[in-house]
Amino acid sequence: MIGCTEAVRRLWEYLDDTVDLDERALVEEHLARCSTCCGELEFATELRRMLAERSPDDLSDEIARRLNRTIEELGT
Amino acid sequence: MRLRDVVAVRAQTAGPAEAVAVDRDESFRTLARQQLPRLVAIARRLVGDDAEDMVQECLLKAFQRFTQLRDDEAGPGWLTSILVNCCRDLMRAGARHPDEIDYDDLESFSLFRHIAYEDPYPYSDSLHLDFLAEFEAEDVRAVVMRLPLIYRVPLVLVYMEGFLAREVAEMLDVPVGTVLSRLHRGRKLFERQMWEYAEEFGLLLREEAP
Repeated sequence: MIGCTEAVRRLWEYLDDTVDLDERALVEEHLARCSTCCGELEFATELRRMLAERSPDDLSDEIARRLNRTIEELGT
Repeated sequence: MRLRDVVAVRAQTAGPAEAVAVDRDESFRTLARQQLPRLVAIARRLVGDDAEDMVQECLLKAFQRFTQLRDDEAGPGWLTSILVNCCRDLMRAGARHPDEIDYDDLESFSLFRHIAYEDPYPYSDSLHLDFLAEFEAEDVRAVVMRLPLIYRVPLVLVYMEGFLAREVAEMLDVPVGTVLSRLHRGRKLFERQMWEYAEEFGLLLREEAP
């Protein structure tokens, strides 16, 4: 059995699926009886989703034009 | 059309020696054009305003080493690996040296609990999600840019680009345990920087209910 501190320390690894089976069981057993840590899990899930989000304006036309010119000039 | 198909088609129209060189160059250009938006997106997250220079350097190095690529399907990962290595010089000269960070203090930080303790929106029923809702995608990118490169790189590659920790370890030529440890600290730093950014940019200020 683990407490909140230990469970929270493993939450992201739990979401990443990089904990081993024993640790996964410990986290899930803690989550089953701790609503605060369930809230923290929900929060971490949303934070992780935000981190993965891309902004739409990554490649401006100007940069694309310059880099494409580099590509076309390679080897010529 | 796959890269090796491009090679096959071009090889039919030139002499053997020239054909191999010309077709290799064209195969590289095809790969580079396909991957350009993704490379720029990664570079922007890794090095911000230096992204164009890093992608340029990556393209030149990759072109010189293209004969080392044996498997077409490994092309995107291979290019990413070269890009990351181009950024490593900047990583070493990072603006904020990781030694300045108090890791004991960091280890005990939880953004979730900090928000609950500080209670920035007293009239909210969903305090934590309201906090996150204040962040646009550009704000999150700005927070990521505040992290030292040593932590930013694994965070970007794993959470934004979907690489496995093992693959990042190979790119950086470090043990996988090192990547996992940097990810752990990187996430903690990201959480703390989310709070500091919210404070600095007034995301915690809200009109009080009457």
